[in-house]
Amino acid sequence: MTALELREVSKVYGDGAAEVHALRGVSLTVEPGALVAIMGPSGSGKSTMLTIAGSLEDASSGEVLVGGQALSSMSRNERARLRRRSIGFVFQNFNLLPGLTAAENVSLPLELDGLAARTARKAGLRALEELGLADRAARFPDELSGGERQRVAIARAVVGERRLLLADEPSGALDSVNAEAVMRLVRTACRGEVAGVVVTHDAQLASWADRVVFLRDGRMADQTPPLPGPESLLAPGRAQ
Amino acid sequence: MSVPHALLALLSEGPKYGLQLREEFEARTGEVWPLNVGQVYTTLQRLERNGLVESEGAADEGPQKMFVITAAGDEELGAWLRTPPDLASPPRDELVIKVLVAMRLPGIDMPAVLQVHRTYLVQLMQQWTRIKEDAAEDDLALLLAVDAELFRLDSVVRWLDSADSRIRRNPVAAAAKAASPAPLPRLRRTVGGRR
Repeated sequence: MTALELREVSKVYGDGAAEVHALRGVSLTVEPGALVAIMGPSGSGKSTMLTIAGSLEDASSGEVLVGGQALSSMSRNERARLRRRSIGFVFQNFNLLPGLTAAENVSLPLELDGLAARTARKAGLRALEELGLADRAARFPDELSGGERQRVAIARAVVGERRLLLADEPSGALDSVNAEAVMRLVRTACRGEVAGVVVTHDAQLASWADRVVFLRDGRMADQTPPLPGPESLLAPGRAQ
Repeated sequence: MSVPHALLALLSEGPKYGLQLREEFEARTGEVWPLNVGQVYTTLQRLERNGLVESEGAADEGPQKMFVITAAGDEELGAWLRTPPDLASPPRDELVIKVLVAMRLPGIDMPAVLQVHRTYLVQLMQQWTRIKEDAAEDDLALLLAVDAELFRLDSVVRWLDSADSRIRRNPVAAAAKAASPAPLPRLRRTVGGRR
């Protein structure tokens, strides 16, 4: 079963003379365990693609399948449940709730999903621990550094049984070393059953992905082929 | 990469054998720049001729010969470390030339041309990133050498992106150039007033 599938997805905003085609028949398949990066200039449709994949907005035409389930066949409530349970979002500006501690921010989606507060909190602490933030669990967002806040946001996105991690410029305004740390975490999170899609204009961040898809004017312009082994870059006789 | 100065740097730590120098050079540069033994010995001979290193042991001892940096070698190394490399004159970049030529040919799909190069560069970056991912956290030499390559490739991708956006904003100029081919610009001007 694919983690995410977009079939000929189009998105049109406005109508008549004000009509804007944000996506034009884009198809994409993301297997479990894979990390795919979407690159493209501003206005190429990359963020729209992500919000449609995460069922935050509807496609004008085409079909979106998350974990093999067609979003169009689901009720509003079912889709909301899918977003809470199976999809994790990471945004550029972190989107942490300022009045909640790091641990509360991370366990919130589980509690909203009906999990007992204690169980949710345990899962949240475990996710924070995995991201090296165990000692920051009781801090509020404004007591954390930018890099730490982003790690909390990633912990929130992967907590519980998430199968799909969707990230829009996840390293935001972080410096290059912190941005790399974020991508290492996203990379680590995407294995086994979990797949990820990262939208970025930064080639260095995109290069952490297994596959990079290039969008232009709402169409897929190209994508990188499967990766050869790293030995291909090293001089002959070097890669033993 | 200046091999003579890299060897001087290694010798500034103490006397070393030729083979040892090769191994240490490769280890310190994250094994990104391979060096053959012949190149090491030719360079050492040249350094010796210029009085920057001295050898201990008989001339026919080959690999058993030990090399030592001289006072002049130390001075040369210090001066080299502080001298910025010559980045003032633009390099004759093949990709820039290809794009400038393509822009002047009629019927060329510029975005498609730029995309071919962009995909290839990102693919290379993915391979370097894999090496970085597998590198030990304390292998600073490898991490720095791979970062240097990633930043270099990234700058080319950014240039392609900006070329794409300039051509898109100014399609009339791009088409007019195609209709009446003008000579390629001469980048005679240099920055920094070095020459």
